[in-house]
Amino acid sequence: MSVSLPTDSVGLVTPSHLHIDTPLLLECGRTLPQFSLIYETYGKLNTDKSNAVLICHALSGDHHAAGYHSTEDRKPGWWDSAIGPGKAIDTERFFVVCPNNLGGCKGSTGPNTINPATGKQYGPDFPFVTVADWVNSQAILADALGIEKWAAVVGGSLGGMQALHWAIALPERVNHALIIAAAPKLSAQNIAFNEVARTAIKSDPEFHEGRYTEFNTIPRHGLGLARMLGHITYLSDEAMGEKFGRELRSGKIQYGYDVEFQIESYLRYQSSSFVERFDANSYLLMTKALDYFDPAKEFDDDLRQAVSPITAKSLIISFTSDWRFSPVRSEEIVNALLSAGKSVTYAEIEATQGHDAFLLPIPRYMEIFASYMQRVAKEVAI
Amino acid sequence: MTLRVDLQVISDWIPEHARVLDLGCGNGALLKHLQQRHISGYGLEIDNSKFTKCIEAGINVIQADLDEGLNQFADRSFDFVILSQTLQAVKRPDFLIREIMRVGKQGIIGFPNFGHWQCRIQLGLGGKMPVSKSLPNAWFDTPNIHLCTLKDFEKLCQQYGYNVINRSVVNHKHKDTLAIRLLPNLFGQTAVYLIQNGNS
Repeated sequence: MSVSLPTDSVGLVTPSHLHIDTPLLLECGRTLPQFSLIYETYGKLNTDKSNAVLICHALSGDHHAAGYHSTEDRKPGWWDSAIGPGKAIDTERFFVVCPNNLGGCKGSTGPNTINPATGKQYGPDFPFVTVADWVNSQAILADALGIEKWAAVVGGSLGGMQALHWAIALPERVNHALIIAAAPKLSAQNIAFNEVARTAIKSDPEFHEGRYTEFNTIPRHGLGLARMLGHITYLSDEAMGEKFGRELRSGKIQYGYDVEFQIESYLRYQSSSFVERFDANSYLLMTKALDYFDPAKEFDDDLRQAVSPITAKSLIISFTSDWRFSPVRSEEIVNALLSAGKSVTYAEIEATQGHDAFLLPIPRYMEIFASYMQRVAKEVAI
Repeated sequence: MTLRVDLQVISDWIPEHARVLDLGCGNGALLKHLQQRHISGYGLEIDNSKFTKCIEAGINVIQADLDEGLNQFADRSFDFVILSQTLQAVKRPDFLIREIMRVGKQGIIGFPNFGHWQCRIQLGLGGKMPVSKSLPNAWFDTPNIHLCTLKDFEKLCQQYGYNVINRSVVNHKHKDTLAIRLLPNLFGQTAVYLIQNGNS
């Protein structure tokens, strides 16, 4: 029986691999002697290689941004709502590249990779990676694909931070930066949430100082807790209220600690499915990369100076109910770009879904996203 | 695309390579036109569909509410701040004008003249709130909540110490007539002012 995939989908996709034998010096001072990136591409690269769009993923994202790996897949890639034929990032016009970041657990070099020096998995010995390291490795991928300048670098949340860093660090290689639901750096509260998540993971008895695979186990409980906490910060009070309210699973109070409210059931489901697909050491690394991101730091906290090398035009988008990276945080980026005289367009989208809104096909959001990408297409003449 | 006549007037006042901020920039027609003359800047627009049109036009546009002021912009960060046909629709025109003159080295402000003879007759003799080509809405659904005459506007400028550098007053066909030149506050339907801080 043939299963048909949606017509506005990029369809079946297969990841590619890039292996690099040249050592990569990381911001932390350590070096990866060699590394691999797993990535997916959608659409066709045109002959002058001007239609390439880089997608940067967020904390728990990966290279599978759109389409399906098999007709059996229940769900498409994580940003299928925005990437595909006729969608905001129209794969009929653009060549879309999405790699899994270094330190991840989905096929790029990370804690689960064998360390060539020891013959064993890196585990907790994997070096700290930063947004700058990701951008450097993505630039190596661009070189390998023959892409000198991206038509656009696009990302939400931690992905937006990568898009911002791209525009700052490699201005000559970015035509447009789309920075969605991001922040120029984490607030103390953001770091605090990350620290609770890390503490949950590290205090799980199954964590074994990060060497859990040697013990044939995973810190299921700690990673699950971290995900639960994360999930609460991705949703808004309003969205949770709309979705679950105070609804009880069995219809009445049980006076017990088992799941009673629907929201409890949802969080437990989210956490148990997450621990099967994500690695705890990767999670720790990703949260630290978030914490460390702060392009203004070396400019006396003057973001305006930090963005001064930017030549790309930017689209900044925030969502009203996002309290993890609230609109005020996006406006910090916008205001820095404005006062530095950079080309910038900014919209705050009315949305009840919280931080997660950036992954959802909210009509107004998609309209702005698509219009902007049409502008990008026009400007790079494709 | 031909530019609306009052926008053409504004465009003519702005020298090449100037930096401008267009408040309530609509579909971005003025900024698009200015771009061709190497004049760069930003538009501010609150309306969703106009905002999208600006993106399509390749205009740098910030979705913002003018009633909240221009906090995001530093003092004297633009050569010109433009407010065309929007002054009468904001909550506090006095506050916005002061913001314009803080952020811009010069301000360009255009508005419909409530002192036009037709307005005067409709209210003075007819006893009804005026409805005209430049003020087409009924009193109950009009976005135009702070109407003024040329005299009113000039008095406010004087009060704040702003000098009128240039003024263009036209009728609804955007024509300048002898009557308008003689009695602008009576015969002009639309006015555009170029103003500047008296001490700068």
